[in-house]
Amino acid sequence: MDAIVMNEASGNFAREVEALSHANLSRCWHCLTCSGGCPFAEDMEYLPNAVIRMIQFGLKEKVLKSNTIWLCVGCNTCSMECPNSIDMAAIMDALRQMALREHSEIAEPGILSFHQAVINSIRRHGRTHKLEIMMKYKFSEKDLFSDMNLGLKMLAKRKLDLLPSKVKDRKSITSLFKFSGGAS
Amino acid sequence: MSLAGSNLSYFPGCSLATTAKENNASLNSFLNHFDIRISEINDWNCCGSSSTHSVDKRLALSLASRNLFLAPENMAMLIACPGCYLRLSQAKMELNASKEKQTAYETLFGKPFQKDIQLLHFFELLVTMKDQGLLKGLGGKLKGLKIAPYYGCMLARPPKMNKEKNHYGLMEKTMASLGGESVRWPFLSTCCGTFLSVSRPEISEKLVNRIMQGAIRSGAECIVTACAMCHLNLEIRARPENRIPVFHFSELLSLALQKNGSKEWFKRHLINPEALMEKRGLV
Ligand code: SF4
Ligand code: SF4
Repeated sequence: MDAIVMNEASGNFAREVEALSHANLSRCWHCLTCSGGCPFAEDMEYLPNAVIRMIQFGLKEKVLKSNTIWLCVGCNTCSMECPNSIDMAAIMDALRQMALREHSEIAEPGILSFHQAVINSIRRHGRTHKLEIMMKYKFSEKDLFSDMNLGLKMLAKRKLDLLPSKVKDRKSITSLFKFSGGAS
Repeated sequence: MSLAGSNLSYFPGCSLATTAKENNASLNSFLNHFDIRISEINDWNCCGSSSTHSVDKRLALSLASRNLFLAPENMAMLIACPGCYLRLSQAKMELNASKEKQTAYETLFGKPFQKDIQLLHFFELLVTMKDQGLLKGLGGKLKGLKIAPYYGCMLARPPKMNKEKNHYGLMEKTMASLGGESVRWPFLSTCCGTFLSVSRPEISEKLVNRIMQGAIRSGAECIVTACAMCHLNLEIRARPENRIPVFHFSELLSLALQKNGSKEWFKRHLINPEALMEKRGLV
């Protein structure tokens, strides 16, 4: 690893993450309980506790560009076991928010486009329409054929409805998106 | 309050309204049996799901809040999906913690926020039903069925909600009182991979097969889930050698009552449970 240069600005990143997540990073003992229990740890570039350490060292770019913040699904398994009740899922939420705001390179663009497909489905119907989400997602990933068999099986079992279940008062959903900043 | 004859408002959520209709139908059938009446919240919308929560906090709060404002007054709201329950509870907490947000949404929706609105996860309702003795005398219907109870991440919650009850053991106890045998196994609270099942299927597949194999090795002949998303992920990502039937908790509960499960529910399963149900005399 490259030498880490700590300077006065290093603490800013930590303060920013704390403000967004309401988590107190300095309570972390680096006991590794979180990383040991995270079901996704083996696919993460940096373990969850390492992310905390990197935030403390001010390694903003590395953290925001890592796949860890996208692979975290927010299952809270880690924070349940954390001796200091550190809200890891909230920290990861804050990091994703910062990565988007600052237009960082996104390590898992596929995961982000999935989230966007879900949000667009909610924008259109007020509810999620799984078939539409799958189609749009597969299209955006230019990956039309993987899971094709599965999709057909699900259609046959009527697990995927052709038509969405919808909110009747569509206007209220539109104004809700407007009210919320029309983000993403 | 006696539950029989009581009225609850009901938030089914997107999964139960679509991919997991059998979860919805069996839950309705189960509650109906005890004369617990539920009425779907008129024009409810998606709770926001993990996706909104992951990338757009403000929208997540707005979507969850609309449902809280749509809820009829003075009625507890039953929520079937643990994910929706978490999102709606977090929104309730957030609005209660900030006068400013509360007022903003009150203005938007044109009515007062019900700050004490009771959100009731299906597990809590079940505990009350047990306490009131409603589940007594149903014994034995699931006799001999070896079940791996699977909670996924529903036992976990963010630290700010750690005072809430966690119903670890409820599925085991309920199944036991109905004659089923729960196996002890290590993966009962391992996350199913949620949305990674679509966007990073190889990661989900790895987890799901670890879970399914764990169940088989512990001697289970089926898995019971309390979350429709877990149910879907286990069914779609299990490799052929690991495919054992996966039931929704509500389906087994309904089956245990006068065996009034409907064939239609099980036809919707991707892993056919009929052979097992025949073997255990459940059809
Ligand atoms: S479990 Fe908590 S204290 Fe331990 S390393 Fe993880 S975040 Fe830090
Ligand atoms: S909340 Fe994130 S970091 Fe924690 S266990 Fe779940 S996926 Fe891992």
